[in-house]
Amino acid sequence: MMDIKDIVKEENLVYTKTKLMTDNILSYCPGCGHGTAHRIVMEVIDELGLQSQTVGIAPVGCSVLAYDFMNIDMIQAAHGRAPAVATGVKRTMPDKYVFTYQGDGDLAAIGTAETIHVCNRGENITMIFINNGIYGMTGGQMAPTTLEGMKTSTSPYGRDLKSMGNPLKITELIAQLPGTYYVTRQAVHTPAAVRKTKKAVFKAFEVQKEKKGISFIEIVSNCNSGWKMSPVKSNEWMVEHMFPFYPMGDIKVDGELVKSNKAEVKS
Amino acid sequence: MGELKLMKGNEAIAEAAIRAGVDAYFGYPITPQSEVIEYLMAEQPEERTGMVVLQAESELAAINMVYGAAAAGKKVFTSSSSPGISLYQEGISYIAGAELPCVIANVVRGGPGLGTIQPSQADYFQSTKGGGHGDYKLYVLAPASVQEMADFIQLGFDIAYKYRNPVMIQSDGMIGQMMEKVELADQRPRWTDEEIKQMHDSWAAFGKGDHRERNIITSLDLDSAKQEKHNHHLQAKYRRMEEEEVLFEEINCEDAEYLIVAYGSSARISMKSIDLARAKGIKAGLFRPITLYPFPMKQLNAYVGKVKGILSVEMSAGQLIEDIKLAVECNVPVKHFGRYGGMIHSPEEVLTALENLIKGE
Repeated sequence: MMDIKDIVKEENLVYTKTKLMTDNILSYCPGCGHGTAHRIVMEVIDELGLQSQTVGIAPVGCSVLAYDFMNIDMIQAAHGRAPAVATGVKRTMPDKYVFTYQGDGDLAAIGTAETIHVCNRGENITMIFINNGIYGMTGGQMAPTTLEGMKTSTSPYGRDLKSMGNPLKITELIAQLPGTYYVTRQAVHTPAAVRKTKKAVFKAFEVQKEKKGISFIEIVSNCNSGWKMSPVKSNEWMVEHMFPFYPMGDIKVDGELVKSNKAEVKS
Repeated sequence: MGELKLMKGNEAIAEAAIRAGVDAYFGYPITPQSEVIEYLMAEQPEERTGMVVLQAESELAAINMVYGAAAAGKKVFTSSSSPGISLYQEGISYIAGAELPCVIANVVRGGPGLGTIQPSQADYFQSTKGGGHGDYKLYVLAPASVQEMADFIQLGFDIAYKYRNPVMIQSDGMIGQMMEKVELADQRPRWTDEEIKQMHDSWAAFGKGDHRERNIITSLDLDSAKQEKHNHHLQAKYRRMEEEEVLFEEINCEDAEYLIVAYGSSARISMKSIDLARAKGIKAGLFRPITLYPFPMKQLNAYVGKVKGILSVEMSAGQLIEDIKLAVECNVPVKHFGRYGGMIHSPEEVLTALENLIKGE
């Protein structure tokens, strides 16, 4: 009879967690996309051999504790201020790699000014933007990216555009600024999506290496707890409702707006 | 002897920052201190020493750029004036909570609100009693001359790194705008990356090597027991500052029957007032706190039983007086005098207030 110890051996490993993820138990709800997004960013930094040269900036929101899980030097920023903190780090250490990791409330509501201006200055950093259309950590309130009619704890009858404003396509907005070099929208709900997102994160760090300006990666993600759905249902709902409004794909590549996406800006 | 120059206070503090080997300045223009960033931009310190100067999009961004650079172990300086410093407060609280060293200058103007652009000392409470949220303290230096504007940069960084704590230089529109002779320190080299690594590898976030665990800069701990422990640690640090870092000046205090207590511009004005008083036969002395926090509590308490009365002279409506009363524990009569909202008292007005104190009015 074969013992488990005979099976669990280095040579039999087909997958292992990157050493850039700590052993701390993730604080995210089961089914949430944050864990996958974290892992992708850490895998890329690991595979590029940049652990000793990278500083990450954690936001306020669900991923406020990102530094518990990412095994690199990290700075936890005040709500919305991650791009300013990143600017302070990058300007004084231009040869180090700096990335921000923010949610929609942090990046597109309270930190809108910092987001716009860091992009406008073209700071040579990488920005990871998790858009799940809701405030997860505070318990499911309306976000700037909440879709029309979407029910949250502060829009219990659905988002009413007249009184609550429109969902904000911040990614299309910052893509218009000359300081942004690479802008893309991805997801992490399927193996194929994960592979595409990882490719985008690789590209972003390459852009930073070449000192070409901002790379901005929006990851449309689910919030099964906030949306009050099962993980599977939330991903289906995301594909059905979020993707039409927040379409997948590159928006700006090599400093040029992607033609197919120019039309999307109008929608 | 260092280089002598005739400079505005705002220019002197900017030049002193370059010479102190500061790595970065982040700021947003606001009267009456815009000369700081204007001087730095004109001087091109990037050419002189490699110092970074960046005009941020707002005070919110500026103080968080300071937070980021300080977190990376870099020597970082910023300046603003009252309404801008109000916007800094969130960031200052984070900086104090995360125990990051930096120097912040507040060239105070009259308030509240948008107030006025004229000199004031009405930010005393904001500087010394918190300002932002949570239990924290800044080390607060109050320059009374252009020379001290320059000198307090290096002193400020010495304290900031000794205690890993933000330092506030609380100046005002008068000290910032007036021109005086100033002796400038020689240029200090900026720290090299290797020096920063040697000094700050235990805490700064500049990239994790294999030889150590990752460094995390945060003020968050969801475990309240741990957060309380962190607060105990901060309080112990502040008690140590109170024991070891108090600065003050005494002028004509040996035989004084009456004391004027004043700092910054008010102290400058009051120096003349005590001369006028002495000419009239009043034995008056000036006690000048140089550190507003830690306040010279014991040193002022030593005058209990020696002086008959104390006049708090401040360009604020009764802020400094609270610390004076705490210092003398109600054992000496203390009165307030001051102009505020951007008005500056004359030496004669201070003398009249002192005479009224003596008369018991």
